[in-house]
Amino acid sequence: MNKMWIVFRREYLVRVRKRTFIIATILVPLAIAALGVGSAMISMMGAKAEKRILVKDDSGILENVKHDKGSLQFAFASDSLEQLKETYAHDGYDLLLYIPPFPDLKARSHGVTYYAAEKPSITFLGRVEWAVGEAFREHKIDASQIDRALYDSFETDINLESTTIGVGGDSSSGKMASILGTLLGAIMGVLMYMVILIYGQMVMRSVMEEKISRIAEVMISSVKPFHLMLGKILGVGAVGLTQLAIWMVLIPVVMTVITLFIPGMDASAMSSASVQPGMEAMQQMEEQGFDINAVINEFFHLNWLVIIPSFVIFFLGGYFIYASLFAAIGSAVDEDLGEAQQFMLPVMLPVILAFIIAMSSIENPNSSIAVFGSIFPLTSPIVMPTRLPFDPPIWHILLSLLLLVLTMLFFVWLSARIYRVGILMYGKKVTFRELGRWLFYR
Amino acid sequence: MSILSIQQVSKSYRNVVAVDAVSFDVPRGALFGLLGPNGAGKTSLIRIITTITAADSGVIYFDGEKLNSSHPEKIGYMPEERGLYRKMKVGEHLIYLAQLKGMSSADAKKKLLAMMERFEITSWWSKKVEELSKGMQQKIQFISTILHEPKLIILDEPFSGLDPINTNVIKDEISALNQKGITVIFSTHRMEQVEQICEYLVLINKGKNVLQGKVNEIKDTFKEGIFRVSSDGAMNGNLNGLNILSQSANELMVKADTGHSPNDLLRDLLNRGITIRGFEEVKPSLNEIFIRTVKSLDDE
Repeated sequence: MNKMWIVFRREYLVRVRKRTFIIATILVPLAIAALGVGSAMISMMGAKAEKRILVKDDSGILENVKHDKGSLQFAFASDSLEQLKETYAHDGYDLLLYIPPFPDLKARSHGVTYYAAEKPSITFLGRVEWAVGEAFREHKIDASQIDRALYDSFETDINLESTTIGVGGDSSSGKMASILGTLLGAIMGVLMYMVILIYGQMVMRSVMEEKISRIAEVMISSVKPFHLMLGKILGVGAVGLTQLAIWMVLIPVVMTVITLFIPGMDASAMSSASVQPGMEAMQQMEEQGFDINAVINEFFHLNWLVIIPSFVIFFLGGYFIYASLFAAIGSAVDEDLGEAQQFMLPVMLPVILAFIIAMSSIENPNSSIAVFGSIFPLTSPIVMPTRLPFDPPIWHILLSLLLLVLTMLFFVWLSARIYRVGILMYGKKVTFRELGRWLFYR
Repeated sequence: MSILSIQQVSKSYRNVVAVDAVSFDVPRGALFGLLGPNGAGKTSLIRIITTITAADSGVIYFDGEKLNSSHPEKIGYMPEERGLYRKMKVGEHLIYLAQLKGMSSADAKKKLLAMMERFEITSWWSKKVEELSKGMQQKIQFISTILHEPKLIILDEPFSGLDPINTNVIKDEISALNQKGITVIFSTHRMEQVEQICEYLVLINKGKNVLQGKVNEIKDTFKEGIFRVSSDGAMNGNLNGLNILSQSANELMVKADTGHSPNDLLRDLLNRGITIRGFEEVKPSLNEIFIRTVKSLDDE
């Protein structure tokens, strides 16, 4: 046991002191910040890009009702269309619009023609269509002499306020909760997926390195293979946790510093640009008026006493299962990475499947596939975190944890049996059948 | 009491019997040769002794105790497949390996500094392993094997890949350790190395031990009463009736008649008027003994 910690210490220190680790740990928050700033700036610039449109309005509707609409600037001309076609680009307009007369108030469609020197984007055209359409609607309302207040009252804003009944009568309610839950679930699921893949494979490479450098036998003449493997898995896992912890501190700090120094940039603009699954939620928040108090309130309302410990256990369980399998693969193959790939495929499949289920679980955390994925031990470490913020039944969590721990113990045992034999095996092409035999070696 | 006693140890992998009821004792303080051709089961046996694998049957006693997981700390093992972490610094690396053998970090550092001074390699302390030549790495490997002051050292093909100078450095170190009373097991398929270094040997073929004992005594039992007789100039005198195996200008190989001692033969030669410069019994080399033993077993 003591020796396992000596191995752990070396595996940890060697990696943490590596230049690549230090660079990655610092660079990733900067890169994420740069991405956030960059995309926010691009979307801000895109939004501000003004378009000038010259209109020959034979219907008189657009001219009468409304002029500028957001970033669209309309100007009107009465010269002949042929003449305008010659000059509009030269006069600095992006688009020439011709609106023919509109005789019939009841008509449901109306053809409008445009001319542009450069092919305009679909979104730009969409905005123009929308602006002209708005003007036509206003015109129709006015011309039909409908009471505007009455007309406006036809529109009703529906706010879905759900009340999930929790176990202890403690329930989180409101749309804000599900927005937060979705965000949190997505982040946890993606994090888990990345950690398992990146650090699991780091363990594999480390085992392969030991085999290639021929130090394996020297090592296991002093340390039990099981302790060597476990020390390695723990060491690499601790490296992962260290990196995550640093990022958790560094990313918000970098974000905050940037928002202080770049005018017109706020955190919500950046996060809406950088966190894809949260984009819709953020937009909805903005539309409703961003109520920070409500978010904070909901944030504290989430069942953290269940979420945090479960997340940690799922994290460790998932990591141990996959890292030990990757260690076994690393021990079974020689230098040949291609050979390793053959064994990695069956290990990767459940991880990828879990990721797919997790993504659908974010949409629908109580679907039967999500429930299955969150209990089945090979997928639960990735799927369950996405369900946790939505107060799943406690027995789901307990059953899932139980299965996870049992599976973890089984896989660590299984991998240790393979590792023990594989680490001393050279120059032999290993098959699955061979691996099966190793399990029963003395 | 012997430091290592191996009794009826067997181990097989699937259909292959790697070690087949092997028994022998390694006397304390001995330089002991574990001999056998490639694939004879030497490494399998060593892995059982170092508790890397377990025997299917049989018992091993280390220093009077039944072999258990505390013993590897008292053994220094340099496997044939050996290597180091390439990216680690020499000093750090050796301390790490010593810690895994149960030494404290401070103790390991102290001993290591002294040893590196003796080997005149103190300047390597903070070099990375990959910066060292192959021979240098072998030296580091050897130091890692002996740094924790084991009672028993097992060297599997220790000279493979070493140049003559480094071979001698290691040889000298082995005999220095042996003088301090440390037992050294020396596993190799190179018979001549054992002949030079070892006092005892066991010969393993196809998983079985076929020969064991003191090197000199084994040679004695295999000797055939052949003598090398050298003389000044041409062999004069009467050679009739002698069992001459070969003859050159000033040398004669004679086989003594059964039941005749060397003295009887020498007397006979003198009586025949041969001028004798040198008279020496020719013992077979271990290589010859090995080949003869294996052949006779195959014939059975």
